[in-house]
Amino acid sequence: MATYSTNEFKSGLKFMLDGDPCTIIENEFVKPGKGQAFNRVKIRNLLTGRVLEKTFKSGDSVEAADVLDTEMQYLYNDGEAWHFMHPETFEQVAADESAVGDAAKWLKEQDVCTVTLWNGNPISVMPPNHVVLTIVQTDPGVKGDTASGGGKPATTDTGAVVRVPLFVDEGEQIKVDTRTGEYVGRVKD
Amino acid sequence: MTADNTSWRPGANLAVMQQRARMLQQLRAFFAQRDVLEVETPILQYHAVTDVHIDTLRVPLEGADGYLHSSPEYPMKRLLAAGSGPIYQVCRVFRADEAGHRHNPEFTMVEWYRPGFDHHRLMQEVDDLVRTLLTDSISPGKTLKLSYRELFDRYLQLDPFSCSVEALQRQARQRHIDIVSDEVMDRDGWLDLLLTHVIEPQLPANRPVFIYDYPASQGALARLQQQDDITVASRFELYLNGLELANGYHELLDPVEQRRRFERDQQQRQQQGRFIPEIDEKLLAALKHGLPDCAGVALGIDRLLMIATGCDDIRDVLSFSMERA
Repeated sequence: MATYSTNEFKSGLKFMLDGDPCTIIENEFVKPGKGQAFNRVKIRNLLTGRVLEKTFKSGDSVEAADVLDTEMQYLYNDGEAWHFMHPETFEQVAADESAVGDAAKWLKEQDVCTVTLWNGNPISVMPPNHVVLTIVQTDPGVKGDTASGGGKPATTDTGAVVRVPLFVDEGEQIKVDTRTGEYVGRVKD
Repeated sequence: MTADNTSWRPGANLAVMQQRARMLQQLRAFFAQRDVLEVETPILQYHAVTDVHIDTLRVPLEGADGYLHSSPEYPMKRLLAAGSGPIYQVCRVFRADEAGHRHNPEFTMVEWYRPGFDHHRLMQEVDDLVRTLLTDSISPGKTLKLSYRELFDRYLQLDPFSCSVEALQRQARQRHIDIVSDEVMDRDGWLDLLLTHVIEPQLPANRPVFIYDYPASQGALARLQQQDDITVASRFELYLNGLELANGYHELLDPVEQRRRFERDQQQRQQQGRFIPEIDEKLLAALKHGLPDCAGVALGIDRLLMIATGCDDIRDVLSFSMERA
């Protein structure tokens, strides 16, 4: 079993804590000159997404987590799971709702996402930073309407609701930043 | 180590390097004015300290291993025993596995010894020196002096000399300090945890804070003193802006007691399955010959420079930190 010593701690390192895979967000080495050394770490539980603060006695070791970020193509949703395929090996995995979470509303068939695998099973899905989506529903924009702040809600083909400028109409394609959920621009065919 | 195409560049900018050079000039002027002699001792030595919390870097040599010193304390005490009078040294020292925002495995230390001083008189001199070296940058407020007992009473409302280990653990839990460890920590470990995680961040800003009279178990090379109902080690530390800057002792003179402490360190290291350094017999022989009654202290120059320049990361005040070395 692979292990890491606290000396190897750095952000991004993935290890097992209480049976769950975790990743280090921040690592701080703390030591009184003549006293016990500690590693104060901020970690994210990769299953729940929760961020925790823990302190380790320096020199302790932890079990490495077999966690791998893989670029995979989103294929389809069968009503229960989201299916992804490795573009080179054609190997497929099915991610359930807890793994996909909020990413679901950005998933468009054929898009390449980052799928995090733990012992080969998907535990989280990151959509591409930018996606191109089609507007399926939005009210017609009213010229000179300033009360709405120059924007209006629009529903996309993936189910996401995005705030778009008044001039955007149904059937048009828009580019959205998935990290902020914000409209970036119109996409012409 | 990542080697992107900018990694040859220094971490400290020119202004910081100039400030370091100025600081070292002021330091030498300070000691020259007070008739303290500058000395040099070997960086490469045949003995490593037994200290349980300091790991020394080993260097393979012909015939025997050498070690890069973690402090020049032992040879400086041999100079004192040989009649040097007051001495100081500015040097690079080394600590294995210490790296972070406030630690680099190699750093610059000024260490000095004052025959005839006790730790309180030396604290005054440390205060004078720190204020002198910070003249160009900040002017610290009034110095605060707290005994280790007063410190824990002030910030945690508990007595570090008499409270139970369970009381310390309870404090840590109440403050959401979640320690993951495969082995139990001793009492000093819990005290260190609370000191670093709870007390240090609360120390007043921009005021030198001296903490003195530590638990006897944290005495290292300090003499012990009976005070009311407790035995304390005549040791002190200086903190400024939450950074630990200096550690000093009213030095232990008794070679028998010193050997006993070295042996205790060795036993603890053996129990932990760690490297056991041999005892430095030359130091003990010097103590036997007779070390003058003195106080000594070591102060970290890089951290003082962090305060002078307002840098939060030690890598910004080093030309090349370990990552760039």
